[in-house]
Amino acid sequence: MSLLSIANVSKTFQTPGGPVHAVKDVEIDVQPGECLAIVGESGSGKTTLANMVLGILGATEGTISFEGAALPIKRLRDHRRMIQLVQQNPLSALNPMRSVGAAIRLGLDTYGIGARADRWGRVEAALEAVGLPAEMRNRAPTALSGGQRQRVSIARALAVEPKLVVLDEPTSALDVLVQARVLRLLNDLRRDRGLTYIFITHDLAVVRNVADRVAVFQSGQLVELGATAQIFTTPQTAYARSLIGAVPVVDDAELALRNQLAEGA
Amino acid sequence: MIRTILVLTRNPLSLLGLILVGLVIVAAVFAPWLAPYPTHNGAVVDFLNNNRAPSAQNWMGTDLVGRDIFSRILYAYQISLTLGVVVLVIATPIGTIIGLLAGYVGGWVEAVLMRVVDVFLSIPPLVLAIAMMGVLEPTLTNAMLAVTAMWWPWYARLVYAIARSEREEGYVLAAEVIGAGTPHIAFREILPNCLPAIITKMTLDMGFVIIIASSLSFLGLGVQPPTPDLGSMVAEGARYLPDSWWLTVFPGLAILIAVFGFNLLGDGLREVLEIDG
Repeated sequence: MSLLSIANVSKTFQTPGGPVHAVKDVEIDVQPGECLAIVGESGSGKTTLANMVLGILGATEGTISFEGAALPIKRLRDHRRMIQLVQQNPLSALNPMRSVGAAIRLGLDTYGIGARADRWGRVEAALEAVGLPAEMRNRAPTALSGGQRQRVSIARALAVEPKLVVLDEPTSALDVLVQARVLRLLNDLRRDRGLTYIFITHDLAVVRNVADRVAVFQSGQLVELGATAQIFTTPQTAYARSLIGAVPVVDDAELALRNQLAEGA
Repeated sequence: MIRTILVLTRNPLSLLGLILVGLVIVAAVFAPWLAPYPTHNGAVVDFLNNNRAPSAQNWMGTDLVGRDIFSRILYAYQISLTLGVVVLVIATPIGTIIGLLAGYVGGWVEAVLMRVVDVFLSIPPLVLAIAMMGVLEPTLTNAMLAVTAMWWPWYARLVYAIARSEREEGYVLAAEVIGAGTPHIAFREILPNCLPAIITKMTLDMGFVIIIASSLSFLGLGVQPPTPDLGSMVAEGARYLPDSWWLTVFPGLAILIAVFGFNLLGDGLREVLEIDG
């Protein structure tokens, strides 16, 4: 059974300029343990879809189900806990007036995870799991670097032991070296904990490194869905080809593949 | 807290504000010990010494019934500060809670709360206070009530504006996704980010509340004689200007020192707290 099933989901926003169809009739099954990348340009509906999965937005049509049970906009506590988020901007994702530890502990308190007396221990363990020192729990987020903050965000999401994590461009605000370390951390955590990722990004170089499958979005529609290798080597649609063509060239083999694709287009 | 005060002392104007506010607080708290004539805070009459110019016995002269003006100013500070503190301690939480809920929850909650705030804000504040005092008996308690009624909407609007913009921050989304409730998000996540602005405004407002309260008693609608009050002291002496200048000048200066001090301190706090935040 798929972990998350998105069935015929549409989202229409009513604006003064008429209805805007942000997501149109999307159908995706997310398998347990996989990393599904959602790619597409800005405004292609990636984040709207993620917000519906997270229960921040309600779908106009269609249903989203988790482990076979439909997810209404008013989530049950356990469902809310099972789907967590890591945001793009690590600067705003942590409250500047609250300590790193308080941010991670919030989920533990909300769901009553562990005995009250053990919770700081769990917070420290969560920090260590993302490669940060346990003492960091007393620090203010403003004293941390972008990469450290993003690790704290990951620790916060994982502290409530979710099954599915929505990663909304988790590395695009980080510099390249930090990006690579955070990606490796995310990969390790997924393997060790059997997590499922929905990885939203427009960075296809990242997609190649982390994703098992790729869903390509264009103006609210799912235009292509397939295994990462297949999308990168034999994209079926012109849009997917153009997206892949926009990846900065990394090495000669890549360039050769690119030229080959361009000729085929 | 201690660090904030240390930073404040580095700016000469903030330091001056800190010193003036400190003086006013010391004067008010220790009035019974500092006043050369502690009994003159009440209905004492000494017609042999009335309306005397400043001298070694009466540093700021005596009033029309012979009471020591310096002593009465110290006691008047007690009244002014008490009034300011009580007004702000009541008005700030009311305004803050309303502003937070309106700003974070939005929807009809926002519409209802902010329209009520708009109604209060649309009445000129002094007029509202004067109207209330005209209906109520002119006592210290009622003066506090009247000033509080005109004060809380400003806090509601300040906090509302901050909460509206904080609501868009990622940490609010993060708390919502984790599943934290509205009270937690409003009071534990958003409120701390409003505190620097609230504390700054409270400091500045101490000065304004003192002015408003003095204005009310200047008009005879505030604290009543024989209780010493800076506004009514100025009002009493105004008829005898310029000959008996000490009757108005010293209470006037006392108002100026308090308001100036709180304003300088508030401006200093704004810089220190907002750079930190």
